[in-house]
Amino acid sequence: MPLSSRHLLGMQNVPKEDIQLILDTANTFKEILERPIKRVPTLQGKTIVNLFYENSTRTKISFELAEKRLSADAINFSVSTSSVSKGESLKDTVKNIEAMKVDMIVIRHSVAGTPLMLTKLCDSNIINAGDGIHEHPTQALLDLYTIRQKLGKLENLKVCIVGDIAHSRVALSNIYALKTMGAKVSVCGPSTMIPKNIEELGVDVIFNIDEAIQENDVLNVLRIQLERKAREYFPSIREYIKYFGINSERLEKNKKDILILHPGPINRGVELSADVADGPYQVILQQVTNGVAIRMAVLYLLGTLN
Amino acid sequence: MRIKSKLVDKDGLDRILTRIAHEILEKNKGSNNLVLIGMRTRGEFLAKRIKEKINLIEGTNLPLGVLDVTLYRDDFRTRIKQPQVSVSDITFDINDKDIILIDDVLFTGRTVRSALNALMDFGRPKTIQLCILVDRGHRELPIRADYVGKNIPTSQNEEIKLKVEEIDGEDAIYILEK
Repeated sequence: MPLSSRHLLGMQNVPKEDIQLILDTANTFKEILERPIKRVPTLQGKTIVNLFYENSTRTKISFELAEKRLSADAINFSVSTSSVSKGESLKDTVKNIEAMKVDMIVIRHSVAGTPLMLTKLCDSNIINAGDGIHEHPTQALLDLYTIRQKLGKLENLKVCIVGDIAHSRVALSNIYALKTMGAKVSVCGPSTMIPKNIEELGVDVIFNIDEAIQENDVLNVLRIQLERKAREYFPSIREYIKYFGINSERLEKNKKDILILHPGPINRGVELSADVADGPYQVILQQVTNGVAIRMAVLYLLGTLN
Repeated sequence: MRIKSKLVDKDGLDRILTRIAHEILEKNKGSNNLVLIGMRTRGEFLAKRIKEKINLIEGTNLPLGVLDVTLYRDDFRTRIKQPQVSVSDITFDINDKDIILIDDVLFTGRTVRSALNALMDFGRPKTIQLCILVDRGHRELPIRADYVGKNIPTSQNEEIKLKVEEIDGEDAIYILEK
């Protein structure tokens, strides 16, 4: 069964079968990444443009590696060295890029809904690599893949997303995808960072981090986005650390065994203490490795759709 | 498709595999440098049986791998249905080995072509020898088998179906007709 959509814009309304297919397909690519020659000829002749209007280390390198390992021709576009600095609009940029015959566009943009708009402007397959505070679907997929790899299942697992839920595209995509797969999802953070009516998405709200640790199998700890003015939502970083920072004393006090994910980049000493960020519970670098396999799976499934 | 006739039964299949095991050992003068690789899905089970037979004759334990060639296919642009990929499982070094590549039916030769490319990504074997249960003709590429279970000339609207106990509930080779 192929995917039900020819774009990946978000995890909202993506059916369970599609998520399952992507996660299962990623197993194949994980094996390829262990080989001496980490490349298959599957997307030979396909051209993929990475359109990054926002900074990125992990996601951009991860997509680029995934494309190259599928033998696609990958073109990178970064705003600072392009005609965007001459005032060209996104619409014109995309129209021009598509006129050069590309097959797929991977886009990151600070405005929510940009990937959806692109689907109406051009015929290429569109993959959302993060749009504003809306969604970041491949991050959610690699988080799910990592959880499933470590704990063997997703159904009925208790997962808590910790941090700035209101401004996090990782949180939203994770909530949609985890709920679809039957996990029990909760969020934890300062009340200023929990959106109103979030219960309508079917998640519980916990304001006490100790309680969140005790009651969950997995913590997905978000980065405090200092560049997005996160500081306006709590009195001081010290206070955030005191009430929501995760350190080994807190973990030992509450529970022996828990899985800790973090989408990166980490503010060491803020949301995670350094010993937890390097400690036995976290799977942060495995998430990064799995990210390449997940993105290969998505590119493969969309790129070979007829 | 309907069954036209049953060509080989359980005992027949066993005899074919016994003969092939001996042929492999004869040609390679023993099993010293051999590794077996079965192609998903049916080739994997044939490879397991050949391995057991060789183990019995030689008293060795040959390495056995499984190869999935979906990602190496040349028909992604023309197929209507997206093929399901699965994992290759080759956990040993294939450099300088004599590989016996095992599949059920040899038809156009395109699957074998993709398998050759896939194997080259794992290393540089000394030789790759092709072992096929049924050669049904109609080659589109210059590929031939080193070990053949049965030559069965077919027409384009016929199909050869190997069944194995493990997944199909019986051991047999059928010829089907449109």
